[in-house]
Amino acid sequence: MKNLGRYILFIISLFQRRERVKTYFPLIINECVKIGYDSIFIVCIVSIFMGAVTTIQTAYNLVGPLIPDYIISVVVRDMTLLELSPTIIAIVFAGKVGSNIAGELGTMRITEQIDALEVMGINSSSYLVLPKIIASILMFPILVIISAFLAISGGYFAGSLTEVITGEEYIYGLRYEFNPFNIPFALIKAYVFAFIVSSISAFQGYYTSGGALEVGKSSTNAVTNSCIVILIADYLLAQMLL
Amino acid sequence: MIEIKNISKSFNDKQVLFNISGKFIKGRTNLIIGASGTGKSVLLKCMVGLLSPDTGKVLFDGRNFTSGNKQLLTEIRRDLGMLFQASALFDSKNVEENIKFPLDVLSNLTENNKIEKVNHCLKLVGLENINKKMPSEISGGMKKRVGIARAIVNDSKYLFCDEPNSGLDPLTAIKIDNLILEITKKLNTTTIIVTHDMNSVIEIGEYIMFLHNGKKLWEGDNKSILKSKIKELNKFVFSNKLMKKIK
Repeated sequence: MKNLGRYILFIISLFQRRERVKTYFPLIINECVKIGYDSIFIVCIVSIFMGAVTTIQTAYNLVGPLIPDYIISVVVRDMTLLELSPTIIAIVFAGKVGSNIAGELGTMRITEQIDALEVMGINSSSYLVLPKIIASILMFPILVIISAFLAISGGYFAGSLTEVITGEEYIYGLRYEFNPFNIPFALIKAYVFAFIVSSISAFQGYYTSGGALEVGKSSTNAVTNSCIVILIADYLLAQMLL
Repeated sequence: MIEIKNISKSFNDKQVLFNISGKFIKGRTNLIIGASGTGKSVLLKCMVGLLSPDTGKVLFDGRNFTSGNKQLLTEIRRDLGMLFQASALFDSKNVEENIKFPLDVLSNLTENNKIEKVNHCLKLVGLENINKKMPSEISGGMKKRVGIARAIVNDSKYLFCDEPNSGLDPLTAIKIDNLILEITKKLNTTTIIVTHDMNSVIEIGEYIMFLHNGKKLWEGDNKSILKSKIKELNKFVFSNKLMKKIK
């Protein structure tokens, strides 16, 4: 509970004593590159294989003489949009970006770089953390869209290559009884998860004390705590919105 | 001038500072000395606002830093410059960007004027043509000089140095001490240096405050310190063979 209170105060502090807007602009662009662009490779790899594996495993488990083949792509589509792309990619995002944020801020803390900002009269949490959170919120939904496209494409190629489903049936299944709300639902999850990962990781890194060992611990805690909160938020969002 | 009045600070149940008072005059190098763990850095952090004292006041030219309004605190903070023990240069920025940083965030100068100021400060600390080097590419002594340049680039009125020559060889350490003295005189800053280095004490100690177990035991200058009758201070000052021989 004490940590929850500190976390809330930390989030409030991001909006106090802010610098000029033009100060944040280059920082946000820089963070967008670090957080978004630099994560594209891992997101692509994970997404393609995620879609491919989902197709093959669905075919293995589900297909019988009474179930049409296109149901495979219906399952792939819904699983990708509702769960895999927002949630699994958020966990990958926590591992890559969350640990990086916590490590960077933790190192800045123990080498007194954060103190240096404070002495200059700059709100260090706002200056360092706000651009990271804004960049995450801007970039993570884009990563989720890329991931969903690649996972569904990965499923198409895996299905075609292994001949568990033809290309035509796969496309037919993708269009079959499509619920358009799944897309805004995936994006809502993406915005929430982006905030969770960036803010929890920043919180862990910002309050690091000690030395290199504690920076490592902060990075680990950032990933662990982010993953736990992502899963709780995932359940709550599904309960509330579906 | 910076004045501290009855500063006390404790962490959990452990009291680290006990009612410390003192005056640090403008244009003079003011040293806070004492053995490790006596509360020197805690006192410095209380003075620059990184820690809040439990009791007492810190006055910057009469302006109360400990209970002033937010506007006043920001104003005072923007008059401060600090050299950290490990220099605290931003790893992701080069030397020029590090020094220029306070100007980027706090001033409305044009880019050319900022670069001009950076070059002037680099010249002042005896470093030139290293603008594009990264902190990882320069020596410890150079990092301290860059740290000093960053501390003074915003025309700081108050310069704080936390163990400015820790980790440096004796020759470089003396150069850094003399650089701080020179800058104090040239820019007429109120300079406060936390150190436990006796070379610094003898070299630049125009005013010295001695702390022992969180209490102020003595104050004076680098001439009177050698004649002090206080046991704890003598133990600190004459702790090595060379100083004992001098005595």
